[in-house]
Amino acid sequence: MADKVMIHVEQLRKDYGGTGRFAVDGISFDVRAGEVLGFLGPNGAGKTTTMKILTSFLAPTSGRAEVAGHDVYGDSLSVRSRIGYLPEDTPLYRDMSVLEYLEFVCDVRDVPKEKRHSRLKRVVEQCGIGDRLGALIGELSKGFRQRVGLAQAIVHEPEVLILDEPTSGLDPNQIAEIRTVIKSIGQEKTVIFSTHILGEVQATCSRIIIISDGKLVADGTPDDLARKSSGASSILLEIGGARGNESDPLTLLRHIDGIEDIKAINTSGWSLSDRPRATQFRVIAKTGADPRGDIARVIATASGMDLLQMTPEKASLEDVFRKLTTTQGA
Amino acid sequence: MRNTMAIAKREFQSYINSPIPYILVTAYIATAGYMFFKQLFMPGGQADMRHFFENMPLLFCLIIPFVTMRLVAEERREGTLELLLTMPVTDWQLVGGKFLAALGLMAVLLLLTVAFPITVSFLGPLDKGVTVASYFGALLMAGAFVAIGIMASAFTRSQIVAALVAFFIGFSLYLLGAIIGVIPPSLAPFAAGLSIGSHFMNIARGVIDLRDVLYYVSVIFVCLMVAQTTLDSRRWR
Repeated sequence: MADKVMIHVEQLRKDYGGTGRFAVDGISFDVRAGEVLGFLGPNGAGKTTTMKILTSFLAPTSGRAEVAGHDVYGDSLSVRSRIGYLPEDTPLYRDMSVLEYLEFVCDVRDVPKEKRHSRLKRVVEQCGIGDRLGALIGELSKGFRQRVGLAQAIVHEPEVLILDEPTSGLDPNQIAEIRTVIKSIGQEKTVIFSTHILGEVQATCSRIIIISDGKLVADGTPDDLARKSSGASSILLEIGGARGNESDPLTLLRHIDGIEDIKAINTSGWSLSDRPRATQFRVIAKTGADPRGDIARVIATASGMDLLQMTPEKASLEDVFRKLTTTQGA
Repeated sequence: MRNTMAIAKREFQSYINSPIPYILVTAYIATAGYMFFKQLFMPGGQADMRHFFENMPLLFCLIIPFVTMRLVAEERREGTLELLLTMPVTDWQLVGGKFLAALGLMAVLLLLTVAFPITVSFLGPLDKGVTVASYFGALLMAGAFVAIGIMASAFTRSQIVAALVAFFIGFSLYLLGAIIGVIPPSLAPFAAGLSIGSHFMNIARGVIDLRDVLYYVSVIFVCLMVAQTTLDSRRWR
């Protein structure tokens, strides 16, 4: 991993108004160039606060954060000129037209005059707002406003893009469109976005961070996290057998090394017809072992048994999320 | 400076798109015009600008809070302030841009009143020097009221509260000039020194004294500084 660290967060703490209750409580993580990081957590976990600190809108109570090598507190102008930010609820000037607004952002963001036209053209295309340029922002639908918000965040081609709940309140089609935009931006830029919708991170992120109650509870790729939560890997087996076959798959499989436990989960029993019966089993493998080859061999050599299905199971991200954010929350 | 101008331009555009400035400008010109022409046509009335400028401090005190109330408060309420402050804009540039926009609107208003001195010049001799000095003083005084209004607007997310606070501060400074006759003479110089109207009246006599100019520049600077610090305080709370 030779990629440059774009966001460096170290023991970050934020205590609103000195109440002693930390909205963000000692979070540390790094994000490298080109990563799309999903920032997950229940409402009120500290996602937005962390993002506000990263954009140097708020100062941390203690700890430090750097964006592209610049301290968010000490060198905030350098940080701010390198990021694109879309706050929650997309606050835009309602009394401006889309084009007026984007031109204003170009002014403030110091997009050079000669590049302005091509940049505007590009983001307008990327965000699909070409036919709404003259419309007042206050009259746009939520989905279009979100796209304008995204356009203002990327028009100056920032190195780091920070999006706070970019898909909240959108319908499924709009969510899919915003996701496509995020993905296409993520190919060149570092993106960090928060959400509490799990499908979203699975679809768009290369890495996930879960925070709960201001603390970091998980950090890894979506697959990593799913595997971590289930502990050992489990395999779903479906075994069919011809009618009249008396031998029990359970006893056969128990002899295999590398199987920790095996349970029948759905026994359809003897069928009255000639249809083969089918039985499903869940096999829990010993840590580090992969018993799939052995299982296949045993079933194949046993008489009257057919291996119909063998699927390694992944815990869904929902499971991970619920497990991590409820047990550690208390 | 580029950022300051970008913000000023946006704010000014937003004035043009809003009904409030049109109402305020109309109300101002109607009120000031009524007072001006009333004395002009009264028996023994004089064809000069004195009465027009005499009413200006009180009228500015009444209308400028409505010009400035939304400048920061609305951005705070809508959340656009957060987005703006995460762009490479310093708090000073933000406050300065808004100041220039509101002052620009007041300049337009003053420009529209040029019809009054032109009327006077038809009826009798107009002292051009005094009139130009008065307009210069009026712009300085407008700047002071605008800065007070921006400071009040930075304190709150409610436009009404911003307008009331701005009016209260502005009116207190105006009253200091109005009570000079009834307070002990030893206190009079202090009241006059702090009064937002009496410095203007000095300039409106045609004498541009550095002390009067300095008064307005200080009020503007102090108020914008407080506004700037208020914005920045989010980072140390």
